[in-house]
Amino acid sequence: MSKLLTMRDAIARFVADGETVVIEGFTHLISFAAGHEIIRQRKRELTLCRLTPDLIYEQMIAAGCARKLVFSWAGNPGAGPLYALRRAVEQGIPRSLEIEEYSHFGMVARFQAGAARLPFLPLRTFTGSDLPRVNDQIREVECPYTGECLATVPALNPDVAIIHVQRADRAGNCQVWGLLGVQKEAAFAASKVIVVAEEIVDESVIRADPNRTLLPGFIVAAVVHEPWGCHPSFAQGFYDRDNDFYVAWRETSQDPAKLAAWLGEWVFGVADRAEYVAKMGPALTRLKAREQLSAPVNYGY
Amino acid sequence: MATEPGFTPTELMVCAAARELQDGEVVFVGIGLPNLACNLARRTHAPNLLLIYESGAVGAVPERVPVSIGDPALVTNSVGIASMSEIFYNYLQGGKIDVGFLQGAQIDRFGNLNTTVIGDYAKPKVRLPGSGGACEIAIHAKRVLVIAPQSKKSFPARIDFVTSPGHLTGGDARARLGLPGAGPVKVITDLAVYGFADGEMILESLHPDVTRERVQESLGWTPRSRDALIETAVPRLDEIRLLREELDPNRLYL
Repeated sequence: MSKLLTMRDAIARFVADGETVVIEGFTHLISFAAGHEIIRQRKRELTLCRLTPDLIYEQMIAAGCARKLVFSWAGNPGAGPLYALRRAVEQGIPRSLEIEEYSHFGMVARFQAGAARLPFLPLRTFTGSDLPRVNDQIREVECPYTGECLATVPALNPDVAIIHVQRADRAGNCQVWGLLGVQKEAAFAASKVIVVAEEIVDESVIRADPNRTLLPGFIVAAVVHEPWGCHPSFAQGFYDRDNDFYVAWRETSQDPAKLAAWLGEWVFGVADRAEYVAKMGPALTRLKAREQLSAPVNYGY
Repeated sequence: MATEPGFTPTELMVCAAARELQDGEVVFVGIGLPNLACNLARRTHAPNLLLIYESGAVGAVPERVPVSIGDPALVTNSVGIASMSEIFYNYLQGGKIDVGFLQGAQIDRFGNLNTTVIGDYAKPKVRLPGSGGACEIAIHAKRVLVIAPQSKKSFPARIDFVTSPGHLTGGDARARLGLPGAGPVKVITDLAVYGFADGEMILESLHPDVTRERVQESLGWTPRSRDALIETAVPRLDEIRLLREELDPNRLYL
């Protein structure tokens, strides 16, 4: 059964105001295309969760989509602070933003607990840190076997997880290579999963290499075909991270007027990702990945 | 700063950090100067240094300087890619990491680090990025190296928030809380190198042309000092050449 939808339809059908939304991907495979469509559809009151808000959540926050941010590292990776995020936290611009803060390990354990449908998971971190003092969701439990005191974090079960992949079939079986982040856990933790793919392939392509599969189609609600859907993030083997974009964003992010103009031109000013890609033109093609193929493996018996 | 053979304080910091790494060790690398130090060590005295990045790259051999912790160049030709759950549960909490690198906006005399807020948490003067993986690196790495340019603001008597625990209140406070790793063992600044004694920073070496007075002017407390204070070893020409020509040719971090 084909679950193929346009991004417009997938977001309209599966993302509702007030929901908890996760667009994961650690530096790699961040679905900017989905974030931009959420902005275009003027979704409101979202709780946004991600280890690293990155530029995509900053853009969504600046566009007024979010009431709360759950995160563990909020910076412009390699290029400084996220100024618009700071404006929201420090001055409530464009609206007040509640924050709930963990470490990376804490966020990873939250997704893992969510995926396993456990109420919490224990982990060894936070001892001696002030983080538990400012986040009462970080608690402790006594180990029933050793009596040892362990930190705990609660399960995170988002309403929607949006996961970008290199390739998927129409049923949502999908494959990823390169950095894996926490996407598998985030998807299994969510009620609804939207898979966004650089390429739509035949089911036989997936079946020829089952070890590379990230998610099985039966947990996926919608599949969207969106080439270049991660820019300025990257997709290993498809295109490089646009580091210049991240550096230039520093200036855009500092000035609310510049940021609004950017959203006006590159999000509200285009109908969809295909138009964004066409408008970017050579700025994207220079990022195309060079080829480095792995040796095939033998799945026979 | 000394001009013979010609190096900057940043280059000296990177070289001093590289020399703390031993061949065959497993190191959890951060972006920026720690990345340069690790790759410099790998290209000089520690060819078997295993580089792990929190993004999941294991045994990375980046052929360009990574701008972000998740650069695609960390993946190409690495020995493996781990999910972040594996990185934190199996590699870090599993006790497989020998050395962790940390930086901070503020550090105190016990090596506790702040990367969360300047001022009050609820009403911050400056909101910083937060922990990322730093809190758990500080807890689990067998030893921690800190690289940070020194100033009275960044090395105050008291930090505003403990993101990543060092030696907490000093003495054996860390061991009493049961933290698995040994915590910070060196703090490398643009003026000096500090070790730790009884959980407190102790001045070990001064960089060329740096005086004790200069160090004191950019420190929020009076540091303890080794009896035999030495001069920090200066970078060698081959190290400078590698750094400038191959590891960071566009001077992103140098």
